[in-house]
Amino acid sequence: MITRKRLAAGVGALLAALTAGIAFPVAAAAGEPVGGSTPQVDLVLDVSGSMRTADIDGGTRMAAAKRAFNEVLDATPEEVQLGIRTLGADYPGNDRKTGCKDTAQLYPVSTLDRTEAKTAVATLSPTGWTPIGPALLKAAGDFAAGDGSKRIVLITDGEDTCAPLDPCEVAREISAKGVGLTIDTLGLVPSTKLSKQLSCIAEATGGTYTSVEHTDELTDKVNQLVDRAADPVVTPVATEGTDTCSTAPTLKSGLYTDREEFTQQRWYRVDVKPGQELRTSVSVAADRAVNPSYGVLLRAVTVHGREIVRGEAAGNGRTDVISSGLRYPKPESDEDDAPAETVCLQVTNSFSAGTGVKTTPGLPLELTVDVVDGPSKASDVASFGLGRGWWLLGVLILAGFVAGLLWGWVSRWRVAVWRTN
Amino acid sequence: MRITRVLSASLLMLGLAVAPAAADSSPTPTDSASADGDAPTRAGTSFRTATEIEQGQTATASGSTGDYLYWSFPADSGQRPTVKATVKLPQTHATETWQIDVYDGLRRRQSCQYGSQTRTAAAGVADVELACTLRTVRAWSEAWANDPLPGTYYLRLTAVGVGTADLGLPVSTEVRVDSKDIGGSAAVDGSMAEPLVPGIAVKSEADEDSSRDASKDDSPVLSAIEPEDGWSSGWWSDRWVWTAIGGALAALAGVGGYALTRGSGRPSRVPPGA
Repeated sequence: MITRKRLAAGVGALLAALTAGIAFPVAAAAGEPVGGSTPQVDLVLDVSGSMRTADIDGGTRMAAAKRAFNEVLDATPEEVQLGIRTLGADYPGNDRKTGCKDTAQLYPVSTLDRTEAKTAVATLSPTGWTPIGPALLKAAGDFAAGDGSKRIVLITDGEDTCAPLDPCEVAREISAKGVGLTIDTLGLVPSTKLSKQLSCIAEATGGTYTSVEHTDELTDKVNQLVDRAADPVVTPVATEGTDTCSTAPTLKSGLYTDREEFTQQRWYRVDVKPGQELRTSVSVAADRAVNPSYGVLLRAVTVHGREIVRGEAAGNGRTDVISSGLRYPKPESDEDDAPAETVCLQVTNSFSAGTGVKTTPGLPLELTVDVVDGPSKASDVASFGLGRGWWLLGVLILAGFVAGLLWGWVSRWRVAVWRTN
Repeated sequence: MRITRVLSASLLMLGLAVAPAAADSSPTPTDSASADGDAPTRAGTSFRTATEIEQGQTATASGSTGDYLYWSFPADSGQRPTVKATVKLPQTHATETWQIDVYDGLRRRQSCQYGSQTRTAAAGVADVELACTLRTVRAWSEAWANDPLPGTYYLRLTAVGVGTADLGLPVSTEVRVDSKDIGGSAAVDGSMAEPLVPGIAVKSEADEDSSRDASKDDSPVLSAIEPEDGWSSGWWSDRWVWTAIGGALAALAGVGGYALTRGSGRPSRVPPGA
């Protein structure tokens, strides 16, 4: 959850509206072009012939989907731009080639007109094929440019009937093209094969897969996904690391994304001034079937190739991501205006592709960079060098007692000496 | 005479010595935190979208088997957080293995000292309970160590072993983080200039900018997490009490030792009438 300072934004919006004398939409007042960071959601609904099957709460799958859509359209938050795309809605024939092109935009991704969208949904009736791959490709093109979160919600009851185009690979490719695109999938009364395909699509983009057997489950889940899209999140900046430090891009504090192929290494550079601390973390996502043992290594290296510090992580089993991080506090310098040091960051991963898995595009890589003030150096293990515990008390008492005795004897001896003289 | 003086001095010492022990033996679990009324009811699906929760809050979320659910919580120095998660499984399912992983603000995996981090539920079992007790959060550590430091912690809950037939089945989850205050025994020297909160550098830049440009305030940040009463400055620990009492006792013992050598009245070697 990311908190927003709504009040400040509201005041800003009010001021902007007053000075300009125009009523802005809030997004515009936030200093961004319309559609800039507005969350966009595209609902992709399967309207293939199999949606006629009556096995969800006694009604047909289509009826359940329509009812769910009506409720979702009512509950969609104002700031979300919502669109609807269908697949298999128009071509009832048997020609595979035509059937596999059958996807259409029912309602464009835009500020929602509820009545219009609902009317459009009401006209749907189960018809044709299930071209999931082509529909996803088209859906990716439905979004307006902008850096807000983009979410495709795919609702289907049958696996793709348009091989050889693997919808999983399609999903990976469209997520590699755009930044911040997620595909969530919902399977209506799914078979094992459908579960497998839909979870593959979801994992390819960091989305979720849910199997649905009741109308209210469908409504809840789609609402949840639309709400999730409305949550403001930091959009990463795309960057491209190189294979040596000397040509690497220089990064400032922020969140970055890149792609890294299997066995590839990526280099980045960060400038750190004396007295500052570099904090960086990297996560490499497994967006396809990978072998069960994997790891990631992040090294901070000087320009001369000496390793300063490293972060490493390894794991095995099912995972979405493997991550590690490091800190590098650069000591204060005695000189005034000492130059910033260039730290090279090297990222390598030890993922290996499962059999028959395409190795391009590379695995999604996320990099956070923070350059902050350095920590105060510890001069002792204990806080301020203070002591604690019964041993400390014992030693202090003993030392005090011995000191007292000595002092007493010394003063007695002195008195005695003084008296005898 | 001498005996009473020594006795009263030692009684005084005893009384003083008990004081730090009493101050020490008060572990305060932080469950007095805010009511659960406003506890989050959803979870994020990545580090970037993790849902922020407070310690002592019971957060709930509904998800699907196979989802990777993320939450984040703050932990401050001297605390030893314990993460607990309960997953309510669907009525029918095959054997599933669930796991919680905790990562620090640098996305480094943090080890659990105790607790069953991974558990396998046999077919048909209604729920799985997981727990993980982290190491004590230290105020400072060397850059080469991966000791827990004050800042954001991420919690990931997922099914690590699941059959294809179970993928996507609805589950409901509940997570809660409590921590034990370890106190002075974990008080180390040094402190972090900024807590280990991801995106903190970007946030402080934005704060500086916001004085000029109010609209920048609206931008989301990676982690806006902070404990309810702010990050501790880290200078206080009960080591001050122990050391001060030790000093006082040493002074008293010194007086006692001195008094022993003086004896009562005149020194014995001094001839009478000198």
